Amino acid sequence: MTSKGQTAEPTARADERLIKVGLLTRAMRRPELGAVAGLVLVAIFFFAFANHEMFTLSGAMTILAPASQLGILAVAAALLMIGGEFDLSIGSMVAFTGLVFGASVTNFAMPLWLAILATMLVAGVMGSINGQIVIRSRLPSFIVTLAFLFILRGLTLVGLKAVTGGSTQLRGVGDAVPDGVLRNLFSGLAFEGVFSWLASQNLIEKFDNGLPKVAGVPVSVVWFVAFAALATWVLLRSRVGNWIFAVGGDPNAARNSGVPVDRVKTGLFVVTACAAALVAIITVLDAGSADARRGFQKEFEAIIAAVIGGCLLTGGYGSAIGAFFGAIIFGMVSIGLSYTSFDSDWFQVFLGTMLLVAVLFNNYIRRKVTGER
Amino acid sequence: MTDAASPVTTPVIDVRNIAKHYGSVIALSGISLTLNRGEVHCLLGDNGAGKSTLIKLLSGVVRPTTGDFLVDGEPKSFSSPRDALDAGIATVYQDLAMIPLMSVTRNFFMGREPLKGFPPFRYIDLEHCNAVTREEMAKIGIDVRDPNQAVGTLSGGERQCVAIARAVYFGAKVLILDEPTSALGVHQTSMVLKYVHQVRQKGLGVIFITHNVRHAYAVGDRFTVLNRGKTLGTQTKAGIAMDELQNLMAGGKELQQLADELGGTV
Repeated sequence: MTSKGQTAEPTARADERLIKVGLLTRAMRRPELGAVAGLVLVAIFFFAFANHEMFTLSGAMTILAPASQLGILAVAAALLMIGGEFDLSIGSMVAFTGLVFGASVTNFAMPLWLAILATMLVAGVMGSINGQIVIRSRLPSFIVTLAFLFILRGLTLVGLKAVTGGSTQLRGVGDAVPDGVLRNLFSGLAFEGVFSWLASQNLIEKFDNGLPKVAGVPVSVVWFVAFAALATWVLLRSRVGNWIFAVGGDPNAARNSGVPVDRVKTGLFVVTACAAALVAIITVLDAGSADARRGFQKEFEAIIAAVIGGCLLTGGYGSAIGAFFGAIIFGMVSIGLSYTSFDSDWFQVFLGTMLLVAVLFNNYIRRKVTGER
Repeated sequence: MTDAASPVTTPVIDVRNIAKHYGSVIALSGISLTLNRGEVHCLLGDNGAGKSTLIKLLSGVVRPTTGDFLVDGEPKSFSSPRDALDAGIATVYQDLAMIPLMSVTRNFFMGREPLKGFPPFRYIDLEHCNAVTREEMAKIGIDVRDPNQAVGTLSGGERQCVAIARAVYFGAKVLILDEPTSALGVHQTSMVLKYVHQVRQKGLGVIFITHNVRHAYAVGDRFTVLNRGKTLGTQTKAGIAMDELQNLMAGGKELQQLADELGGTV
């Protein structure tokens, strides 16, 4: 090996034991590489086997709508996992905060802004309780939040029956919330004007009456993209992002360097809970009801999406943009199978395989990147 | 037993009769020691002698049960590692200094990231960080090919040096090195020792904890031997030979016996 390629560094001398870092290795250093590669593979698979309806604009929206709700949870789960913790209670948190929100607007007749505030506040408190128990007891977050998975699901059932007088579904939320700018932030479609303009210019498919076949983007997709972008910026550019990687990588070293480890972890639990509350508000407004089964098993799906996105189960490594792609893969596979002639129950097989491959791949990459031996 | 190294200036660290009890266990029973600027003070002792308790006291991890602790002549009481850092006392732990999965730059600026932009969108000035890191590493002769490479790719000696360089860059006046060479090979050890020597020349005080007399003798100016929570006195380099120091530390007899059995020196 020669010193070629290091001429920019006059003081640098070539180390004969170091293989020159190629573009591929540098790409492999990005934790989201696996998710991008996975997405390409999955897309190729469906391109070959699925009805091409799937690859139209309306097909894309059909995939993105569920992917975005999962994705909001997955990005939050990814942040928390990078910070070295799990939250298994997010699925139940979706149901529980859905109840809080639903009861706020119907039973307590709160205005929408107050109901949203109250829901976020409850989520924040629950998140910090999770965090404080984990930090103070030094128990694995896996077990603490597993307890809350059941506690919150149970509370939702009990609470729903209490406010409805025996039902596990709280209806009438849609009617209780008046139309308005604030409601449109959390339900319905965004960019409808853009889509009808595109249709009028014959740039997208439209019905015979001139209306576009796809009237807009579900707001959850907008939230999903915005949240993933913000999380990515925070992780890679902000000080807090540096601290998140640090507390997940080695809490002791982080603490010795002056990083407020406990505050960072608590903050991450709060963010995760609030992400669940956001999904709850969106789903409750969309469906018009709060339901005890909402968010069932979403905690596992979110963690799977985060892992497919390159997060290590041991913390300290991963990416929000990876979780973004992970969630899209998830949506693509779960919805996409109905566009093929395959039995859609293959979904779970596919998912498990994908998870296993992702974990193996991540571990391999981690060893490569860090030179761990 | 003398403090003649620099009688005029106030020692940067002055520990007076400090003790630490953990319940009924006496970890340290009245230790006194001073550290001057531009001096490497080696703390020697076998396992359980109280070395790590003393470091924890100095670096603000635990509080002393009794005794005084002066920094630059002023009494101090640290309630967290952050307080010690702010007072200019930086501790480099053997294996807890760096986060292997993170880049050299991010480790270097951990906890003290320089920010740019306006709140709430203040971001880390990564370009500046990379430049500083590369420059500081070059100063100590470590060629960081890419400051974005993970610390896990550096050798153990390089990691120690990065940790020390970080402390020096952020204005530490006292460095506490906790067994910086115990896990390293010969070449790596000499790299770290050479750097400790450089740091001393800059005028920093260094407390060097080790149980390797050879390493201590190579860079130390004064030596304090701890045994079962007490000091066995402080010696200057002129006042003690290496094998005497070894005997003092290991309780003499045992090693002599072993040397006789093995037919050589240990």
